[in-house]
Amino acid sequence: MEPIRSFESRTVVLPFTNIDTDQIIPARFLTTTTKEGLGQRAFADWRYEASGAPKPDFILNKPEARGCSILVAGRNFGCGSSREHAPWALLDFGFKAVISTEIADIFRNNSLKNGLLPIVVDEQSHQWLLQNPGASVRIDLEAGTVQLPTGASIKFTVERFARYCLLNGIDELGFLLQKDAAITSYEQAHA
Amino acid sequence: MNAKTLFEKVWEQHEVVPETVDTPAVLYIDLHLVHEVTSPQAFSLLRAQGLKVRRTDRTLATMDHSTPTDPDEVFGRVPIKVESAAKQVKELEKNCREFGVELLGLGNEQRGIVHVIGPELGATQPGKTIVCGDSHTATHGAFGALAFGIGTTEVGQVLATQCLLQRRPKTFGIEVQGRLQDGVTAKDLILAIIGKIGVSGGTGHVIEYRGSAIEALSMDERMTVCNMSIEAGARAGMIAPDETTYRYLKGRRFAPQGAQWNLAVERWRSLRTDAGAKFDRVVEFDADTLEPMITYGTHPGMVVPITGTVPNPANDAVHAKSLAYMGLSGGERLEGKPIQVVFIGSCTNARLSDLELAARVLKGRKVARGVRALVVPGSQQVKREAEANGLAKIFTDAGAEWRESGCSMCIGMNGDIVAKGEYAVSTSNRNFEGRQGAGSRTLLASPATAAAAAITGKVTDPRAFLTEMKSVVHS
Ligand code: SF4
Repeated sequence: MEPIRSFESRTVVLPFTNIDTDQIIPARFLTTTTKEGLGQRAFADWRYEASGAPKPDFILNKPEARGCSILVAGRNFGCGSSREHAPWALLDFGFKAVISTEIADIFRNNSLKNGLLPIVVDEQSHQWLLQNPGASVRIDLEAGTVQLPTGASIKFTVERFARYCLLNGIDELGFLLQKDAAITSYEQAHA
Repeated sequence: MNAKTLFEKVWEQHEVVPETVDTPAVLYIDLHLVHEVTSPQAFSLLRAQGLKVRRTDRTLATMDHSTPTDPDEVFGRVPIKVESAAKQVKELEKNCREFGVELLGLGNEQRGIVHVIGPELGATQPGKTIVCGDSHTATHGAFGALAFGIGTTEVGQVLATQCLLQRRPKTFGIEVQGRLQDGVTAKDLILAIIGKIGVSGGTGHVIEYRGSAIEALSMDERMTVCNMSIEAGARAGMIAPDETTYRYLKGRRFAPQGAQWNLAVERWRSLRTDAGAKFDRVVEFDADTLEPMITYGTHPGMVVPITGTVPNPANDAVHAKSLAYMGLSGGERLEGKPIQVVFIGSCTNARLSDLELAARVLKGRKVARGVRALVVPGSQQVKREAEANGLAKIFTDAGAEWRESGCSMCIGMNGDIVAKGEYAVSTSNRNFEGRQGAGSRTLLASPATAAAAAITGKVTDPRAFLTEMKSVVHS
């Protein structure tokens, strides 16, 4: 994985609470056996008509959403399924971070393992972000800050080990494989 | 010694390396359940890195999500209609063969929804750590296991190392006192709990369900409760094992046998929350006054008693959006609302006792004209039992469709879907937009409520239908 340190982008806002994984990637697209190409399917039922034509009013179809890599969403983003297809779809679409006041557990884990930053901010900063779609925001993982164009700097935390892996482009599987001796002795003690 | 919760005991017994400030715990996984949808990319990773499955004896695969429920497709008389699903099935067959993992494949008698067969085969046991690339893995917590859903990257990690990197979650005690009234089920209880604590109420926590109302539940009912822990946002749900648990497990395929059995039970008896152990959070709940529940919105926390009305909060744009999707208005009564589809199935409510309950309502009656009723057993074993004891005939006589086991309409990725704009009373666990098919409108409820809706073609309080009959099987 490529190390992630900081990046800047305009935001896209989906103000709804409880956006679940079935919205992020509807189940009918889960019959894939690879990770590629899911970005086209992200939010498919909100994005496309039944005919497959894009709905012009939906934010992700608007020209101003192009090139945005930060998604701001309502509380409890990513609830529901453990499908990793959800962060895969968001990453493939071009997102690098999701900001909310609350992010569901499994989705957060899955995101961190793929280099999509799940960022939880306080209510007040969240309100500002919701009310200022398209704002240019800078995310600095090393400093643990979201910098708003107002000059405000919002603190966020990412679980320490996940942060370390992201900053250094380290793969967790490699870390686990190094624990082989400890795993073997655990297995012997619990056989 | 410190007083400990059930969760803490199971967690600590599985720490290969305890967590530190800098690193999460390395947690050992006793049982890894695998299915076709969330595993292909994990096996690809193993292949790319030249890794093996570390413990094939702790790994068990089945197919349920994208697999068809039409017998002709299941038994290969006609090809699987959804082409990409057919490919996924092939892929799992190939992966299991190549990596030496036992697969309960399409034609296998022990196949079924992963969370139904784990317990049914006795693979799910008290005190185990159990994972699967599926959020409803929480179901297995009904046995006092620590069971939770993982993503595909983690599926790869467990395949390769039998371990996961985990931060210790917080604990949440939900105390349920009293007794469920007749016609009020475990499904109604868990829906009411989610309604109370909210769909993110359990985030970051492992719930332990406790109290007299929980102890009185059968294993099937306990599984229904734990199953929907994830709908409350919790990582897992657990119930301490007791005589009900041991009675259920004894003699099952993977359960300890002979002298091993007694030793195991002795060990399992220690898996209880000690008196004086502290939860990070506690909520109390009363089962006595509970009514059958039904959802009206687009997440499982949008739920009311079946006799209730759709809430009408002022200035709530999200609520309004949800009601617009559902085609419902605030203040509207739910009872009497016409419906087009009834789905009795899923890992929440497709075990034998769920089908029995539905049959108690449906026996000698007919599915209303214009209603499609689909009954999908949770496993092939449930299917065989229901056919042997007459339940299946009650369903088909009533005019319902009777299928091979699988996730079916719960997830709508296998050909079984609810059409756009249609209302479905479903015994599954998610009423998200489009969950049962693009534009589908789901009302979650118990098998009794679903069966009652099938007869009347409307949202119906099942209690009137239930009182008339005590036993349907063998009568
Ligand atoms: S029945 Fe539904 S909830 Fe259960 S495992 Fe299948 S798709 Fe998931």
